[in-house]
Amino acid sequence: MKKGILLHEADDDVGVATMDLAAGEVVQALTLEGEAVTEIELVDDVPLAHKVAMKPMDANQDVVEYGRAIGSSTTAILVGAHVHTHNVKGKRWSGKSQIVEHLGDQP
Amino acid sequence: MTDYKDISLTGYRRANGRVGIRNHVLLISVDDISNAAVTGVESLVRGTLALPHPYGRLQFGADLDLTFNTLIGYGKNPNVAAAIVIGIEPNWTNHIVDQIAETGKPVRGFSIERTGDLQTIADAARVAQELVQYATELPRVPVEWNEILVSTKCGESDTTSGLASNPTVGRVFDRLEEGGSTLIFGETTEVTGAEDKVMERCVTPEVAAQFKRAFDDYQDLVQSQGVNLLGSQPTEGNIRGGLTTIEEKALGNVEKMGRCTVVGYLDQAEAPAGPAGLYFMDSSSAAAEMVTLCCAAGATLHLFTTGQGNIIGNPVLPTMKMTANPLTVETMSEHIDVDVTGLLRFEYNLDGAADRTMEMMARTINGRLTCAETLHHDEFVLTKLYRSA
Repeated sequence: MKKGILLHEADDDVGVATMDLAAGEVVQALTLEGEAVTEIELVDDVPLAHKVAMKPMDANQDVVEYGRAIGSSTTAILVGAHVHTHNVKGKRWSGKSQIVEHLGDQP
Repeated sequence: MTDYKDISLTGYRRANGRVGIRNHVLLISVDDISNAAVTGVESLVRGTLALPHPYGRLQFGADLDLTFNTLIGYGKNPNVAAAIVIGIEPNWTNHIVDQIAETGKPVRGFSIERTGDLQTIADAARVAQELVQYATELPRVPVEWNEILVSTKCGESDTTSGLASNPTVGRVFDRLEEGGSTLIFGETTEVTGAEDKVMERCVTPEVAAQFKRAFDDYQDLVQSQGVNLLGSQPTEGNIRGGLTTIEEKALGNVEKMGRCTVVGYLDQAEAPAGPAGLYFMDSSSAAAEMVTLCCAAGATLHLFTTGQGNIIGNPVLPTMKMTANPLTVETMSEHIDVDVTGLLRFEYNLDGAADRTMEMMARTINGRLTCAETLHHDEFVLTKLYRSA
């Protein structure tokens, strides 16, 4: 079984692609400790270092990574789907500010 | 690869019992106009290290205190065997000399008024020669892991930072905490979005309140300049790299804490004085400023994780660079001390990545120069709190 997803916590809603993954592929998800957690069939293409849904999610649900909410879902999300700004938004803050112009793209 | 536990560590035990892993004879400039004198001595005497900088005149209040504490902290740092302090006038010079002398290490001050640069350089160079000969005869002696004060920071972060290199530091910190080490992390603005997690890790409500006060102060400072830190992260580059929200970015940053308890709060450049364990230091997230503050606080080895390839170094605090980004390893190998990309290829797990890091830490402690040290990355950058009088 191809290993392709890393999980910060075994129970997280999302894992991170460790290589470019293509829709239809079946890959194994492992924890950072190297323990196999589950196998996931990709329903979207997911680029390296982007997130994959480990569990089905409803809209307006906490999305958990690192064992904590990184935001909430804006639509229902299927297992194996690409999880990013198109279907998750931060819960704490939103909106634009000038800091990007001031600080640039770092660190 | 050798098991880090099987590597004997050596270092320099100073008069106050603290352990250094380098043995510098430091030439500290009190102020901008004394830079020519310290670099003059450095060019005359092999084995000296000058610390020029652009400040030290007409500073006042907390800003002056921070400059003093940074210069004093560098002199006191156990990676320094002996120091010479040169300033334009004797009062501020002697203030710094007296504080460094509390460590019991040799330190001498010189002031330029009524003497001039050339005589000052000649006088200081004679003393510097003696100090270098003193320092070069100091032996390396066996030391323990928990005698090395380790600090950490990340820079030019990308998704590989939160995914692999920051958790690797976290695992190293877990091991060091268990062994009784003292550790420092900070980056007050960069924990925005995970500040609640930091507060939950604080050992007492008092420590959590100190952290929160520093955090809120920074937010207020940024907003007072007409900008808003909140809602501005992650950046476009972060988003292209796969980061979705500010919470996610900050959670990736604080992975460097591992599962450690935050035992204390430190002001900028403040040395940990309490029990062993992990300390949060109020600090800018700008790499050179933060690493400089860690060195002033007495850190003797720094773990710096990078995604896209920050090349920061420090003259006194060896800065080990770690990355899990394969493109950075491929294109910037001369800057990378520890390659943990194997974690993303499932070649080893987090413990394996921590083993690799600690093996390189042991070699660095024992004298191997870091990439940044070999490439003259001697960034010494004072944190300036406000304009001078």
